[in-house]
Amino acid sequence: MNMNPQLKEKIAFGVLQLLTMFVILPVVLIFMLVLFRGLPGLSWEFLTQMPSSGMRAGGIFPAIVGTIYLTVGTALFSIPLGILAAIYLNEYAQRNWLTRLIELAIINLAGVPSIVYGLFGLGLFVTFLNFGASILAGSLTLAIMTLPVIITATREALGCVPRSFREVSFSLGATRWQTVRHVVLPNAIPGIITGAILGLSRAAGETAPILFTVAAFYLPRLPRSVYDQAMVLPYHIYVLSTQVPNVSVKVQYGTVLVLVGMVFIMNILASWLRAVFRKRKTW
Amino acid sequence: MAKSGLPQEENMVEQPQTSNIKLQNKIQITNLNVWYEKNHAVKDLTLDVQEHEILGVIGPSNSGKTSFLKTLNRLNELYPGTTTTGEVLLDGQSIFTAIDKHFLRKRVGVVFALPLPLPLSIFDNVAYGPRLHGVKSKEKLAEIVEASLQAAAIWDEVKDRLSTNAFKLSGGQQQRLCIARTLAVEPEVILYDEPCSGLDPISTLKIEEAMQQLKQKYTQVLVTNNVKQAARASDRTAFFLMGELIEIGETKQIFTVPKNKRTEDYITGRFG
Repeated sequence: MNMNPQLKEKIAFGVLQLLTMFVILPVVLIFMLVLFRGLPGLSWEFLTQMPSSGMRAGGIFPAIVGTIYLTVGTALFSIPLGILAAIYLNEYAQRNWLTRLIELAIINLAGVPSIVYGLFGLGLFVTFLNFGASILAGSLTLAIMTLPVIITATREALGCVPRSFREVSFSLGATRWQTVRHVVLPNAIPGIITGAILGLSRAAGETAPILFTVAAFYLPRLPRSVYDQAMVLPYHIYVLSTQVPNVSVKVQYGTVLVLVGMVFIMNILASWLRAVFRKRKTW
Repeated sequence: MAKSGLPQEENMVEQPQTSNIKLQNKIQITNLNVWYEKNHAVKDLTLDVQEHEILGVIGPSNSGKTSFLKTLNRLNELYPGTTTTGEVLLDGQSIFTAIDKHFLRKRVGVVFALPLPLPLSIFDNVAYGPRLHGVKSKEKLAEIVEASLQAAAIWDEVKDRLSTNAFKLSGGQQQRLCIARTLAVEPEVILYDEPCSGLDPISTLKIEEAMQQLKQKYTQVLVTNNVKQAARASDRTAFFLMGELIEIGETKQIFTVPKNKRTEDYITGRFG
């Protein structure tokens, strides 16, 4: 059968648009489900109280705090290390076998399954370095997992700063570090911040890496030091849905809603910052 | 076009002055070769730049003018795969071994083909260099910024809006701002890499006038695609072709009685 090109074009457009719509579908469905089932469980008490009745009632305060501690800890380790590594790779490193090896390592680091990070953290931080299952061990494990994301985002941000800016700076007698510090970094910061937040929001929702390194099944108090275990939201959700019988849907989905909400807020913050910085950009 | 006679007249006045005193060689270049990977961009160049002169460098694209220029303050080294051989002396000292490259770039400034302000205010653009080299005092910085903008003939146009972003200026103003920024680190030599290629004739004239005023203090090398600009603005002119120096001499001589046939062909517009 012969079709004219205009008709083919219409069909192609329709099919492509329809298929693209399917991308939105899961996001919308997840949000609707979590929102409708979780909202009834949400209350001020739920957010600020300790769990009670074997975690079937009360609040999830320690898990929220634990997640915040862990995310901050991850940020403390992964952001400086990631940014410095990216600066080295992008601004200093020669194109040689060592650089290529590092780049290959970063790509592979990003591809390692998260449960493997969990086992690695158990072996290195918990057992070998003897941190025990602790916020420190969990943060370090999540930091290593987040590192490739931050390095890649930072390198992209650095790469977006025009070469000519660097050349101008060098031409005035600046050293490489002066150039990085005064010209490259200030113009790359927006991209770096956005990338870092997105990486951290991913880490905040991870379960496998924290399973053996920090997560407490039930700890009805706040952690007292970085060597303390902590309850964390993703693991708490797992516990509520598989390990404790007779937990009401309200509590389960309320917890999910809190985690999704936290991650969502971080992502919105990242998008907002990006928009603000883009508006301020003059070149 | 009538106005273009103005800098030329100044040239005529300057010329006898400079030729009376014994000219000092500011930069001595011997057997300079530059390669980018396998591309031989500058071939066996031997050339002197005299103190306080404006040396015009003309030639078609790919003639090695810019490569030559960027060797003089070692900006070439920023591109991986560049190989340089030969010797370049600044005041008798090797720029490759005797002078630290950051200090060299402070002494030998460059103005690029396109106006390249940094994404900073007008003030901070000019103050950028002095700050790098350790000037901290606000009064001192303000002094340097004003003097540099004055010298680049742009002070009057920007003095009321020093805190505006430099990208708000017109192309010609941006380029004079870039000259001011180069002057602010107190160089001895200024290199211009086709500084007027994106500018209108009036902006071009203003920059050429600024160059004439800078002659007393600085040695200047002007690489240009515009043959007429070399004729107007430079004291001596060098003609490059395919990476080789074909001819160098007093601008008047080059443009009236060139010794080489290829120079004549180029300046009369028969090729290039």
